[in-house]
Amino acid sequence: MVKTKAEELALEQREISVAAFFEKNRHLLGFDNPLRALSTTVKELVDNSLDACEEMKVLPEIKVEVRQVNENRFVVSVQDNGPGIVKEQIPKVFAKLLYGSKFFRMQQGRGQQGIGVSASVLYGQLTTGKPAKIISKIGKGKPAHYYELRIDIHKNEPEIVKDDIVNFELDHGTRVEIELEGKYQKGRQSVEEYLKQAAIANPHLNLIYVSPLKEKINFPRVVNNLPKEPKAIKPHPYGVEIGVLLRMSKGTKAKTIQSFFEKEFSRVSNNVAKEICDKAKVDLKLDPKEINHDQAEALINAIKNTKISSPPLNCLSPIGEEALLKGLQKEIKADFYAAVTRRPSVYRGFPFQVEAAVCFGGELSTNNEELVRVIRFANKVPLQYQQSACAITRSVINTSWRNYGLSQSKSALPSGPVVILVHIASVWVPFTSEAKEAIAHYPEIIKEIKLALQEVGRKIGGYIRKTVKAREQAERANLFEKYIPELSSALSNLTNEKKNKIEEGLNKILKKSMKDILAGVDKEIVEEVKNKVSPVKEEAKKSKKEVQAKLK
Amino acid sequence: MKKTKSEKNLIEFGDDIVKQIGKGKGPVITLPVRALSNVTFDKKSRTLVLGNKEAQRIFFNVAHAKKFLQTAEVASVIKKELLGSGKHEHLRGIFYMTKRTIPGTKVNLVDDQVESDKAIEDLEVITGLSREQLHVSANKMGSMVGNLVVEDNKDTIDCSKLGRGGYSIPSITDELIFKKVNAKYVLYMEKASTFERLVEDKFWSKNNAIIVTSQGQTTRGIRRLLQRLYEEKNLPIYVLVDNDPWGVYIYSVIRYGSIALAHASERLTIPGVKFLGISCDDIVKYDLKKHLIKFTDQDAVRLKQIAEYEWFKDNKDWQRQFKMMKENNAKVEIQALSAKGISFISDTYLPTKIKNKEFLD
Repeated sequence: MVKTKAEELALEQREISVAAFFEKNRHLLGFDNPLRALSTTVKELVDNSLDACEEMKVLPEIKVEVRQVNENRFVVSVQDNGPGIVKEQIPKVFAKLLYGSKFFRMQQGRGQQGIGVSASVLYGQLTTGKPAKIISKIGKGKPAHYYELRIDIHKNEPEIVKDDIVNFELDHGTRVEIELEGKYQKGRQSVEEYLKQAAIANPHLNLIYVSPLKEKINFPRVVNNLPKEPKAIKPHPYGVEIGVLLRMSKGTKAKTIQSFFEKEFSRVSNNVAKEICDKAKVDLKLDPKEINHDQAEALINAIKNTKISSPPLNCLSPIGEEALLKGLQKEIKADFYAAVTRRPSVYRGFPFQVEAAVCFGGELSTNNEELVRVIRFANKVPLQYQQSACAITRSVINTSWRNYGLSQSKSALPSGPVVILVHIASVWVPFTSEAKEAIAHYPEIIKEIKLALQEVGRKIGGYIRKTVKAREQAERANLFEKYIPELSSALSNLTNEKKNKIEEGLNKILKKSMKDILAGVDKEIVEEVKNKVSPVKEEAKKSKKEVQAKLK
Repeated sequence: MKKTKSEKNLIEFGDDIVKQIGKGKGPVITLPVRALSNVTFDKKSRTLVLGNKEAQRIFFNVAHAKKFLQTAEVASVIKKELLGSGKHEHLRGIFYMTKRTIPGTKVNLVDDQVESDKAIEDLEVITGLSREQLHVSANKMGSMVGNLVVEDNKDTIDCSKLGRGGYSIPSITDELIFKKVNAKYVLYMEKASTFERLVEDKFWSKNNAIIVTSQGQTTRGIRRLLQRLYEEKNLPIYVLVDNDPWGVYIYSVIRYGSIALAHASERLTIPGVKFLGISCDDIVKYDLKKHLIKFTDQDAVRLKQIAEYEWFKDNKDWQRQFKMMKENNAKVEIQALSAKGISFISDTYLPTKIKNKEFLD
């Protein structure tokens, strides 16, 4: 029997596992080139470690080591003192994509989807064939489990290569080792820079880093208490889209649509739930599992037209002004620092909070003419790539820094010896892609960032004005000091009076009347200047030039 | 060695500053304001002169300090390098003699020749010495031919035996010695090409005249030379320029002085100089109408300005000229006379004008 084309095609059509999908689309997760792959791997592991430690409420002690195996092969190992992972979960956490605890939670955290670590494992496996090695221990007296894991790409299931019990130096914690193809380089997008920025945003972190060159760098802890614990919240109706609403309605235990809204969402009271249903012309008593697409659409429209108070804002965990300053002070040696933490705000039903900081001068003064550096954070995670696509960069460019004493060309970053830091904390940070490197341009977010920047801008502006004034005065005094010997020798040539006698006299006068001299320009000069630009003189000058031009 | 007047004046300038410093006072140089606001037309001498507005240059003032230093430095260089040796230096040379970076700074004592030039002009008004007396020269731009013998830098030059080029007038003419002058008048013209025409036609020898030209503005050296021939040798000076406001202004500067050099009017202006042509009457008389070149907007504006100058305002003859010029709304160049015949200017135009005394005053 001859098969139809459709039947032929049907043989080739099959489900694609997420793992297979990401094998082909590794750039979506931040593994587009060897350089970035290395720093992304470190980043994913460190982020996870930090989240784990904070959940357990221990001050994080993290060790990071990057070892070079050969020219383009590296081993990344990250060890933390977090809670560890129970034996049964270890394979799934590290060797199954989209497996995690955070996706269904409305809570501020570093990781969101549960792809990061397993994506690193997958990348290592694809480029070197080596399994990831994990040791985890969940408490004193408990065994430390050692696993070597691979991902079955077609099934997106863990493949256990080795399962053992080993000794582990800590009472609890996890150590992950991944071998991968990469490239090591210093600079703006390096592992070091990532760690340095992470240390700024997480001053409660103590981190030791051993580089491929065997350099040991310590990023010390400067804040001894953990940041405020972020609280999980229920979704706010304003942030819900039709697909999510349908999914939630199928999964709820509520028996009626009214109680579904009341139980599953934040800020929805009995009355508000009724108002939504009435507006949508949906029966209050309807079983939420029964709602169809049209009803869901009507409900979404009704939500938009219903006044619902903002979601609870105490769920966020900013870095805090004081901690930000401490973090900056230990990693960047500047002359002036300022930080501000804005009050939380809301976009599309998601609470978010913006922080900004600046530092000026000091070690930054070598690049007075260059554009300022912007360092960006989302939920305390440094964003190192896609700077120009990010709402933070856009907001910095759209703020007029000239008001604060920095020079700035149109549609460009300002320039000067300055680092500008912006942090956004949110239960759901809107990234432009899964690589989580650039924040989407929501007007509410841009507005908050600009307000934060203006606030720190005013602080830095005051400082710049003061220092510039002081510098100008010093330059003036310096100017006369340099001119005096010149004038003295000229006068000495003219008059045969001794040079050092004239110099002495002038220095005495300078010292005596320093204050008046430094105060600036006298009245006489102003008058003289006025004379110079009288219009008639200009006319005379012009005609003289014209005569010359004509005769030539 | 006996000090010259120039040296004495410079030393006096320095002494005054040193004295102020000795008294513990921040040194100040007082000098007349050299700007239009301080230039007036003196009705008695009928020249432009500097008024009595004064400005102060204060060393301990950020805005003045550099200029103050430049003035002192230029004075010192001139005294030491030029007056001491009796040598002369060009403005450009003075610029290089003073140009250097002030130790310990990124500041140049002078950045541009304009600054050293200004300092020299300041010294002129402060000390009452002319640039020439300070032994500073400028570009020389001019030639002279005629029956006269001059001594220049100990060389004797017969200006009647210098071929087509003539005697190249030096920048500083104060020290020229007129050994022998045998001429009836001096004819100064703004166009070098007209000068060449007259030399080729032997106009100067046929008419016993001295002819002088400059390429561009009338330089200080030429103005001083003309003034000396006028005053010392009693020679009438005639000016031949284009029939346009710019030509009239050349005549005006020679006669009344200019704003930039108002402080030197006494040594440069020639009250008796006569405007020979080209006048608006010449255009009619020699039928030059067809050679008119239309005024640009600038020409028209300049004409209006010149017509309002104090020294032309009440001069009926000149106002008549300006009116005709305005009606023509066009100019005529000296060279237009060549249309009447290549040597028309030498054979007819100039001899007739001079014989009939067709001048404007």
